Amino acid sequence: METTIQVRGLTKRYGRSTALDGLDLSVAAGEVHGFLGPNGAGKTSTIRVLLGLLRPDGGQVSLLGGDPWRDAVALHRRLAYVPGDVSLWPNLTGGEVIDLLGRLRGGLDRHRRTDLLERFALDPTKKCRSYSKGNRQKVALIAALAADVELLLLDEPTSGLDPLMEAVFRDRVADAARQGRTVLLSSHILAEVEALCDRVTIVRDGRTVESGTLAELRHLTRTTIVADLAEVADLARVAGVHGLSVDGTRLRCEVEPAALPEVLRRLAEADVRGLVSQPPTLEELFLRHYQGTGARR
Amino acid sequence: MNPLAGTGQLVRLILRRDRLVMPLWIIWLSVMPANFAAAFPALYPTAAERSAFAQTSNANAALVALYGPVHTADLGGLVAWRISIVTVIVALISLLTVVRHTRTEEEAGRRELLGAAPIGRYAGPAAALVVVFAANLLLATAVAAGLAGQGLPVAGSAALGAQFAAAGWLFAAVGAVAAQLATTAAAARGIAAVGLGAAVAGRVVGDLSAHAGGPLGWLSGVSPFGWVMRLRPYADDAWWVLGPLAAATAGLVAVAAGLHGRRDLGSGLLAAGTGPATGGPRLAGPVALAWRLHRGPLAGWTAGFALTGALLGAVAGGVGDMLTDNPTLRDLFARLGGAAGLVDLFLAAMLGLFAVGATGYAIAAVGRLRVEETSGRAEPVLAAPVSRSRWAASHLLFALIGPVVLMAGAGSTMGAAYGLSGGDVGPTTARVLVGAFATLPAVWLLAAVALALVGLVPRLAMAGWAVLAATVGLDLFGALLQLPQPLRDLSPFTHLPSLPGGQVSAVPLVVLALLAAGSAAAGMIGLRRRDLPVG
Repeated sequence: METTIQVRGLTKRYGRSTALDGLDLSVAAGEVHGFLGPNGAGKTSTIRVLLGLLRPDGGQVSLLGGDPWRDAVALHRRLAYVPGDVSLWPNLTGGEVIDLLGRLRGGLDRHRRTDLLERFALDPTKKCRSYSKGNRQKVALIAALAADVELLLLDEPTSGLDPLMEAVFRDRVADAARQGRTVLLSSHILAEVEALCDRVTIVRDGRTVESGTLAELRHLTRTTIVADLAEVADLARVAGVHGLSVDGTRLRCEVEPAALPEVLRRLAEADVRGLVSQPPTLEELFLRHYQGTGARR
Repeated sequence: MNPLAGTGQLVRLILRRDRLVMPLWIIWLSVMPANFAAAFPALYPTAAERSAFAQTSNANAALVALYGPVHTADLGGLVAWRISIVTVIVALISLLTVVRHTRTEEEAGRRELLGAAPIGRYAGPAAALVVVFAANLLLATAVAAGLAGQGLPVAGSAALGAQFAAAGWLFAAVGAVAAQLATTAAAARGIAAVGLGAAVAGRVVGDLSAHAGGPLGWLSGVSPFGWVMRLRPYADDAWWVLGPLAAATAGLVAVAAGLHGRRDLGSGLLAAGTGPATGGPRLAGPVALAWRLHRGPLAGWTAGFALTGALLGAVAGGVGDMLTDNPTLRDLFARLGGAAGLVDLFLAAMLGLFAVGATGYAIAAVGRLRVEETSGRAEPVLAAPVSRSRWAASHLLFALIGPVVLMAGAGSTMGAAYGLSGGDVGPTTARVLVGAFATLPAVWLLAAVALALVGLVPRLAMAGWAVLAATVGLDLFGALLQLPQPLRDLSPFTHLPSLPGGQVSAVPLVVLALLAAGSAAAGMIGLRRRDLPVG
């Protein structure tokens, strides 16, 4: 598998505080990769290292087969970037900024530009000083999506968009993926990640805590089981069962994937009358990693 | 709700944020007059010497332009005369501080956060004005106490302090109005600084014209800065001027309040309109972007330089006539080259002032790099295939070429306006232009030092202004304070030839240019090697 982004053991310190502490990230060509983590986990620092804006203190970083610090200019011809906090020149109009950024990259697709302006419902004649956060974000998104590039680096690109525009964004990223572009999407919106991403990497405190496909990650999480029983079932001693609570004949617990056969066998023996099983949600997975309690088992 | 509710809390916030800078400038500015009061007796011990010095100074157009005329030849009068230029600095600091705590806050969005708290509509500007007014009163008291403590007349010392405070109050109010007119802090600073510049230019041209018996003496009377100077500490102690000055200040504050009460948060009187939906074909590349960002300020500065140059050139013709009946002075002037030589000296001194202004422009242009960096606007450009060197060079270009344009503007109009009086416009303009361009190596060196700061110690990038302030301080007051020559030689301006009229030696100019190239290279290397952005 061809890798577009390969980061190993990346470290970055600002004075005495450590922003990145041995972070790993691997993004294959053509995939949409979710980049998740709580605020201050090091997502933006990682993306800035990938852009050659920050010089890493340690570790290996390769981007599109090059060194992002040394080959910055050449690599930037092949990528587009949307920052999380878009700041634009107050006396230029949105349309001017889109064209300026496009031309810096060697020109943009006029047809796609018109199409995106329409889809995102952006008025390009307004001066950037009068745009709201969401509209500034649209300017950066249109400039990036209209560019003919291999890689899109998107740092929380939808944090200011309304739900309607977020749908347009998802649709356009899916379209970019269909055209074979690679996307690194840093986000907090899990529904967005679930809808778009092939694989995700979760980081915390500058370190990678989990990486894999969504299916693989779900596999790591627990299924919630609620059962009505005729007899008492003894699950307390089964390895991989958590949060067991018994209220008369009603039982509730969280079960790791490996323990499921054993739990189901015991429930059957206890003459189960009603059973509700809830698949693990991404939310739960992230909450556990974000809070740092009970992570990594 | 009380429209001033929360002013006290905002005052404390401003004091907390300025707890270092504000005491520094108050102390610095209040120590200066006392220093001068100690320096003059050392240089001119007897009353006769002081009187002779006052006469020479009043006959020297360049000094009249810089400091105005000496009104009384006693020690207090000389201190008041020499310190008058510091009044401009007090006014400038006051207006900048007001803008910093009003429009800058609003532009950055921090005012919005406070606006949601139970804070009255006028509390923001009111707090900024209260702090600046109080700081000026403190400064006035310190100045008066310091001078009176050195044995100078109490009334005159108080008047000198009041002169500082009056200038500070008036231009703080100008800053408050400018902050209401513009939507960006940069534009507000520009408007207020143009107001101050115009007032000072009116005083300079008016004083020069009055001294040479010209027709423009009334300009000093209509310039608010001329009113401030009309106080004439130790000579007239004309306290009544404070009446119209206070009225003007109150009027400006009322205008600012009226504008502020009528507008939405974030808006200004000079509103942002719409523009083209697509970028014109020339809006391609970092230089085109830099041109869009720099062209407005550059046009404004050039217009200001050209206009001031024309005014100074128009009065320059009278400079040679400013001769006195005093025979010793006449001998001195004859040795300086007679009337023509005096005019040349005056033109050269004015070009030196323009060069300081052009340096200010250049440092601001270099500072753009840092503004773009900290605002996050550098990121999308550098994430495109644009190298850091190219990005930095696009702004450095304006820091280097801008001063050329400015000095050409000032030099050509000053030369032409002066040439008109003698009927030799072409040759005079050419001579003055050569002098104007000869100042450029010093301007470039200070711009390059500012770039080195941005590249190597980005958090101290604003220190470029401190370097300029120190340089100007050495030039203006180094001789008076009898500072050692090697220290005074640190100012690049001291190494410039006195043109037109003086001798030219290529070596200092080449050395300055080489130092500039070295500093710029160091800055560029620093920029290429460091993290970007550095917060």
